[in-house]
Amino acid sequence: MIIRWLGRGAARWFDGRLRLASTVRTAVAKVFPDHWSFMLGEIALYSFVTLVLTGTFLTLFFVPATGDVAYDGSYAPLRGSTMSAAYASTVELSFDVRGGLLFRQVHHWSALVFLAAIVVHLSRVFFTGAFRKPREINWLVGVTLFATSIANGFAGYSLPDDLLSATGLRIAYSTLLSLPLVGPWAAFLLFGGEFPGESIVPRLYVAHVLLLPGLIAALVGVHMAVLVRQKHTHFPGPGRTDRTVVGSKLWPAYAFRSLALLCAVLAVAFGLGALVQINPIWSYGPFQPAAATSPAQPDWFLGWVEGALRLFPPVEFRVFGHLVPAPFLPGVVMPGLTFLVLYAWPWIDRAVTGDRGRHQVLDRPRHRPARVAVGVWALSFYGLLLLSAADDLVAMWLRVPVLDLVRIMRVVVIVVPLLLAAVGFAVARALRGRPEDTVGTLRWADLTSPREARDERR
Amino acid sequence: MTDPRRAVERRIAAAFGVSTLAAVLAGAGYVLGDEMLLGLGFALGFAGLAVGLAAWSRRLLPQGPYVEEREPLISPPLTRQALESELGRDGRPFARTALPRRMLVLAVSALGIVALFPIRSLLFRVPSPRRALAETAWRAGTRAVGVDGRPVRAADVVPGGMLTVFPEGRLDAADSAAVLVRVDPARLALPPDRMRWTVDGIVAYSKVCTHAGCPIGLYLQTAQRLACPCHQSVFDVLRGALPVGGPAARPLPQLPLGVDAEGVLVARGDFPEPTGPGYWRRA
Repeated sequence: MIIRWLGRGAARWFDGRLRLASTVRTAVAKVFPDHWSFMLGEIALYSFVTLVLTGTFLTLFFVPATGDVAYDGSYAPLRGSTMSAAYASTVELSFDVRGGLLFRQVHHWSALVFLAAIVVHLSRVFFTGAFRKPREINWLVGVTLFATSIANGFAGYSLPDDLLSATGLRIAYSTLLSLPLVGPWAAFLLFGGEFPGESIVPRLYVAHVLLLPGLIAALVGVHMAVLVRQKHTHFPGPGRTDRTVVGSKLWPAYAFRSLALLCAVLAVAFGLGALVQINPIWSYGPFQPAAATSPAQPDWFLGWVEGALRLFPPVEFRVFGHLVPAPFLPGVVMPGLTFLVLYAWPWIDRAVTGDRGRHQVLDRPRHRPARVAVGVWALSFYGLLLLSAADDLVAMWLRVPVLDLVRIMRVVVIVVPLLLAAVGFAVARALRGRPEDTVGTLRWADLTSPREARDERR
Repeated sequence: MTDPRRAVERRIAAAFGVSTLAAVLAGAGYVLGDEMLLGLGFALGFAGLAVGLAAWSRRLLPQGPYVEEREPLISPPLTRQALESELGRDGRPFARTALPRRMLVLAVSALGIVALFPIRSLLFRVPSPRRALAETAWRAGTRAVGVDGRPVRAADVVPGGMLTVFPEGRLDAADSAAVLVRVDPARLALPPDRMRWTVDGIVAYSKVCTHAGCPIGLYLQTAQRLACPCHQSVFDVLRGALPVGGPAARPLPQLPLGVDAEGVLVARGDFPEPTGPGYWRRA
């Protein structure tokens, strides 16, 4: 009773100064579609919230410096050895700061979930055609968020200056060196000289805790402002037209659902952080100029680049007398093309389909077999590259020589995605126009020729 | 006769031209390593833009006054009612759900309180403040060393001078800094039990001002007073460093001083009370 009375008083007070009633009324009546796939982006958003909260805690203890210190914390195997202040403070954070290991692990897990949620959300937008006019702006903002988040993830796991992340930095340095003409300058600008230098950790730190998260926060703001302005898309169905949005109201049902999702993301992040060890940097040891860990895999969101570096044939050639180093094609051109095609996709899709219309109602993925084929190709191609980033581990498990596996994977990453794309195309084509059918009910004949065509022949 | 508008346009263009030249100057300043030229180049560059844009606005753009409607900063009653009914129909999730609501408040409060616990982690490797504030690094027998780390003998303290000393090996211990002053022992007016804490008229006080913690920086030789540079507190050396001027309200604690077998000045124990600025639970 008292709370309601106070709430009403506060509402009057603010309305008398900001004239909020109509804005609030519009806001609480905003309709969100009910389909689960619209909450994938929210998982990314709430992972970002988790990252900011846990990351703030970590900044209070992490020392972004590569100067040597003698470790005297409670982790006995390292006591007395010399290491960088960054590594020592991360070990200290893990063993001597109460809650430090938990928050480090929650932070790292949240980063993996964050990137995974972005990729799944992007796949949803891709397969349902949500990027089509008028939503190209948010597609571009979203792809930029994806790229920025990959960069921030890399900067973050490189900070502790352990032997594993230093191995990643070496590879990043060599890949930067391979840029045409400006490579050495770019590498030196970032690293402050030849690898490793003294500057990379403090520079990555400022990028990781200020510049990139600031950019991510700003882009998330733009992403959501555009979303509110344009309103959600929805799947086709009764009453779902280009002039409506069908779903639940923000208040109260959707707010409760969304808060539940926030708490679920926190629950998963803390559960993983509490139970599943991640990045035990004390067992990798501190960075040493003449050592690398083996096996060494990056975090999954960069595994596709690492896989390409491992699979790509050993070609170095000269263009106008200049050497084109081996990492250039797999480490620079392939990721560059990937993001170029991602950015350009709304226009590529439009050019191929000839569809220039405005869309508020989504495609069912099966309605666009060609798009399904492209999406299946991309997911399987990058998935196989990710698998190839662990070729040494896979070779060990399968007990095959690693170079044989590389030769096989070179063929597999080219052939298998094309086969899967063909299967995806055939399945989507067979399901198109038969919404009551599921994949399980399809027969071979349905896949080899479109059902509409057979129906017409009958 | 020239067109006045053309003249204004030319002046604005000239301002932007100055900015362009200034950019060249700034660039030259960077290349030559002349930081003042770099700064002045940017200053002149932005000044040119400021002058040009201001003149553009004043001379070339339509001038007002224009009138904009100002809506009352309170919602009309109908809009308020609309919001009330929007919230009233099905927008009160907490009405008629007392048990889940109370348990939600309980759960969120409990989690919120526990989420504050990790703030305590900021104190890792730190002793409790009460103990750390109450004591310094001086112990009975600790040698006094100068800021250069060399042991201090009675002869090093010249009459009329002030010497800053630290406990040996703890030049980083800011709360332990002390000043040595040599005065005429006959004029010292210390409590009887504290006369024994001096050596040949050398008396040692905490160097940390009891007002706001600045290091005492000045010894007024003729008045035999110590002065703090931050807020001009003055302490009387002869009367146990009693505050005689400025905002400090407590005397500087006195360090019990003695001499070891090698003639080096040593502490006979820690300061009898916490040094430096006060805090509520100070004894």
